[in-house]
Amino acid sequence: MTLAQNAPQLVTAQPLLQIRGVNKTYGPVTAVQDVSATVYAGEVLGIVGESGSGKSTLLRMMNLEEIPDNGTYTLDLPEVTGNLFDLDRFERRMLCAKRIGIVYQNPHLGLLMGHSSSGNVAERLLVAGERRFATLRAKAMDALAASEFPLDRLDAPPRELSGGMQQRVQLAKAIALEPALLLLDEPTTGLDVSVQALVLDTLKRLQQERQITMVLVSHDLGVIRTLADRVMVMRRGQVVEAGLVDQIFQDPQHPYTQQLVHAKL
Amino acid sequence: MSLSSLTKPWEPMSYGFLDPSAKRELRRKMLKAVAVPGCQMPYASREVPMARGWGTGGLQVSLTLINPKTRVKVIDQGADDSVNAASIRRFLARVSGAPTTLDTLDADLIQSRHRIPEEKLRADQILVLQVPNPEPLRPVEPNMSIARQMHGDADYGRMWLQLYEQIVRSGRVMQGASYPSMVNGRHVMTPSPIPRWDVPKLHMAKHLTILSAGREKRIFAVPPFTRVEPLVFDDVPYRVEEHGQLTCYRSGAEGFFMNEIPQPDGSALHEISDSEYGVKHIRTAQGEPDARGETWYQNGQMEDTP
Repeated sequence: MTLAQNAPQLVTAQPLLQIRGVNKTYGPVTAVQDVSATVYAGEVLGIVGESGSGKSTLLRMMNLEEIPDNGTYTLDLPEVTGNLFDLDRFERRMLCAKRIGIVYQNPHLGLLMGHSSSGNVAERLLVAGERRFATLRAKAMDALAASEFPLDRLDAPPRELSGGMQQRVQLAKAIALEPALLLLDEPTTGLDVSVQALVLDTLKRLQQERQITMVLVSHDLGVIRTLADRVMVMRRGQVVEAGLVDQIFQDPQHPYTQQLVHAKL
Repeated sequence: MSLSSLTKPWEPMSYGFLDPSAKRELRRKMLKAVAVPGCQMPYASREVPMARGWGTGGLQVSLTLINPKTRVKVIDQGADDSVNAASIRRFLARVSGAPTTLDTLDADLIQSRHRIPEEKLRADQILVLQVPNPEPLRPVEPNMSIARQMHGDADYGRMWLQLYEQIVRSGRVMQGASYPSMVNGRHVMTPSPIPRWDVPKLHMAKHLTILSAGREKRIFAVPPFTRVEPLVFDDVPYRVEEHGQLTCYRSGAEGFFMNEIPQPDGSALHEISDSEYGVKHIRTAQGEPDARGETWYQNGQMEDTP
């Protein structure tokens, strides 16, 4: 099928990320069952669901940390073709380092707690092959400034920082190489409400300034509503409903989604 | 044919202390290590009559390489006369009948801890270095299974992170010994706790260097004419210790690696670390014929190697 020259961009654009029919079981437990997802460049996809619904597993698959039992994953990037789940360990690591940024709920997963904050950001650049000290330092400072990290704590190790600042270091590390895809796994869970709002502000501003494509996993509908354009509702490893944020939250169709929206305190 | 005709007669001890199967394993692992420069080869470290951590790895390699004609030199922190060096030297001579020497130029096999001699080694000499911690990735990756994967992938980015941290904290690279070095452009090794001063001596050297860690059970090697490049940032050059201007208070030698000897008044004297080279210097000054060989450093400067 050919599209008209003057068709709107949303129609002609290839999705950046496509996941088709992934399944993952851990022994008797089915974590993800026949899930598909599509993310277009520049948009924010929210994934919402209760604990154990498979949303974090799905995100880990997008970060190629977890390989599903079957299914395909493609990214519309010049350097990669085909199913990314088939890449070997080395290719996977290079792709993740250069093109995918991730912010974990638990900063211990994403940061070296004993090294300096700027060093944590510099590590990303080092893995990608940067070997000039001055450049490393400058780029690490830029990324930390962009994520609104107080620069007087530049060389403090994350273990001496507050939870909100640790998340900002993680964010700076994730965006240091201007990734094509930014994955956020409950980035503000565990922070108090005011800090949470500040971190969300930063994320929102970054998204608007840089048009970063994001996938945001959260169980907090407020977070999803603030940041996401589209939302996928997951339950017991399956997607029960997907659509625009306003549409899903104003007019939920699936009984579980209705329950979720109404259960908001 | 009887079984006894196939076995060797009983002896109270095998030659060179280690039994033949142990030596065979060590030889095979050394060949492997030479074939893949800088790559750590695991081996079954045997018991020797010495505590782990006192050079058992180096001793096992020396015991395997030794024969009755090998001239052995043993160095501990540059000195031939420290207790550890003297004991190892005496042990090697006793179990193998090999002659010993203090002269670097005269030796065929040099077992060393913490130093490479100042005089240039030749192609027919073998240097055995004792290694306490063979894994350069340990400070940045405590999980050894993952560290092995990182070696496999040549994933060494985090080694520079260590250097970055040192420059950020102290304004310069503080790594004084065991400076991580890239061997043959592929494997990063820790060149045992030799000072930064000695690392350039391994680059394109004529001699074979075997590094062995007894407690950690790893052998690796730098074959002759192999590139050994200390890890550096492109814009922060590698610097050796600033010993080029120091003078040895005993021998008057200048421009070599020195030991600092603090004095009661707060000042410090310096003494040449390679003790036998210092002795040669003194002998020459006293009118004996000059027995000093060509040195890697001249006037405190490392000569340029290709």
